[in-house]
Amino acid sequence: MTATGGETHIAVRGLTMAYGARVIQRDLTFDVYRGDIFVIMGGSGCGKSTLLKHMLGLIHPAQGDILYDGQSLFEASEAEQQAMRQRWGITYQSGGLFSAMSVAENVALPMQLYTRYSAADIADVVAYKLALVGLDGYQDYYPAEISGGMRKRAALARAIALDPEILFFDEPSAGLDPISASLLDELIVELKVSIDATVVMVTHELPSILGIASNSVYLDAERRTMIAYGDPRQLRDHSEEEVVRQFLTRSAKLEEEVKR
Amino acid sequence: MTHQPPGFQLLRNDRDESHLVLTGDWVQGQSHGNFAEIRTDLMHGAANRLIADGSALGDWDSVLMAFLLQCHNHCREEAIEFETREMPEGVDKLLRLATTVRAHQPPAAPRLSWLHAIDPARLLGNIFDSLKESLAFAGEVAIALYRLLIGKANTRFSDFWKFCYQAGPDAFAIISLTSVLVGMILAYLGAVQLRQLGAEIYVANLVVIGTLREMGVLMTAVVMAGRTGAAYAAQLGTMQTNDEIDAITTLGISPMEFLIMPRLLALVVVMPLLTIYANLLGIVGGGIVAGGLGITSLQYISQAEKALAFSHVGVGLLKSVIYAALIAVAGCRAGINASRSSAGVGQAATDAVVTSVVYLIVADAAINIFFQHVGV
Repeated sequence: MTATGGETHIAVRGLTMAYGARVIQRDLTFDVYRGDIFVIMGGSGCGKSTLLKHMLGLIHPAQGDILYDGQSLFEASEAEQQAMRQRWGITYQSGGLFSAMSVAENVALPMQLYTRYSAADIADVVAYKLALVGLDGYQDYYPAEISGGMRKRAALARAIALDPEILFFDEPSAGLDPISASLLDELIVELKVSIDATVVMVTHELPSILGIASNSVYLDAERRTMIAYGDPRQLRDHSEEEVVRQFLTRSAKLEEEVKR
Repeated sequence: MTHQPPGFQLLRNDRDESHLVLTGDWVQGQSHGNFAEIRTDLMHGAANRLIADGSALGDWDSVLMAFLLQCHNHCREEAIEFETREMPEGVDKLLRLATTVRAHQPPAAPRLSWLHAIDPARLLGNIFDSLKESLAFAGEVAIALYRLLIGKANTRFSDFWKFCYQAGPDAFAIISLTSVLVGMILAYLGAVQLRQLGAEIYVANLVVIGTLREMGVLMTAVVMAGRTGAAYAAQLGTMQTNDEIDAITTLGISPMEFLIMPRLLALVVVMPLLTIYANLLGIVGGGIVAGGLGITSLQYISQAEKALAFSHVGVGLLKSVIYAALIAVAGCRAGINASRSSAGVGQAATDAVVTSVVYLIVADAAINIFFQHVGV
């Protein structure tokens, strides 16, 4: 298990996730380094999104801790947590846009809450953020009136509203056609480089994983823990775990799956 | 095209093998024997091997596959070898596909006696749990209210006005209808009894006191529980399924301050106003019936004026504020706790209405008993 070196930005330590008595994953320990594009991968139902929700502090872990720049997320006071959250940008699986607000209001909300921009400035910055994701001119549309791909990009615009240090994406390109998906990947890389953020992404889109990720962790549904950690291209060629190699080369056969 | 009726025949059934020949067209709409018939024969023969022979088969569709899958599963259970022979092209492939992943065995649910359903300890426990949860929710509401008062809450006044409008002017039509009718019902009810004493004129007292203290506010509350409480639950439940509540939390905003406060405050502000309106119309409704009984409108108004007291109005308005808070809390709590599915949102709306109506009646009884004792 190797990973890119550098300064640890997010440290997950001995994390066990459970819903009641049902353990989803146990003993997760890994580092996300500053400037990484870190991918959480694994088969359906292995707990990828649950891990992300733990990292966001939406669910309390059964055991273990998550540290941001050495500061524990779960031991932090409410005010400290809020301060940490203001440095994050997040898009959710279904976008998570506020359906009762227009696209512009969605993107403007974090700025209204946490910046001292005047109302006119906010409108300008919103236009700029929307232009970054190719949606300038859609300010007054409601999330229900635009396409799925546009919704994902609008959510991305809201996520980068405060120039966050960490960007979290839950299945950013799921449900998009290959062209839109690869454009979105490209957008993520460019934004990440230009705002100098660390990216944590849940996905099982192979092109995204092999194309843009610099580090990754593989969660196994059967053994309920992580079984691989490192650069996904290296894991594809050299992982000791057959499942991981199969996942990354898309080569599992139905019969073999059954024998396992 | 006519189909041959499907059938099967056990040609050989001894210790070595059972030879099952399938004949005719195994397609939907044709009656074929089911697997249970042949199962007993097979158990009787106790063969080590079952061969399904398709050489005499005609047409086939999923009916045949379902039958073969049952054969396969039976053989797996009884540790018998299962083999197909001379099946049409595709059958073997489909059967292999259907049998590669073993059927999921759900863990056996613990057997509960019917006594468990009425176990008083468990029921009391449930009530205690939900009471505890309600109190925790009420506590969170109180904290958010405090933060709002000291000006630190993320509550947007544009939202507040929007919810005021939805709860208030939009509800005028239905409130008008119900309160006029309730006023009339009260008047009729009283008139029948009072006529026996020759005291019809006191219908005005009955309507005024009944409407102001009790029926005006209660009917408004029931309408608002069905209209606004359910709408709050559905809105918040949908936001929950849509990850919006997670998004709000991770933006560092308390959903309590951002979503629940404007709804709660809107209802608390609008309900007393609607109650005053409902009271007026209720008294008018009573007047219509009184007119029918031969009481002139002047008599009715002057008698109503005598019955009117500030305490009656005050009791009604106090109740309206309390009911508004109860409806908003019940609706918002149901919505926030909704499970993430369309059924969950529907359940949340139902829960909102049911709990608010229960809250209303319990609170009404408690308030009435209290005022009875203090003599207001």
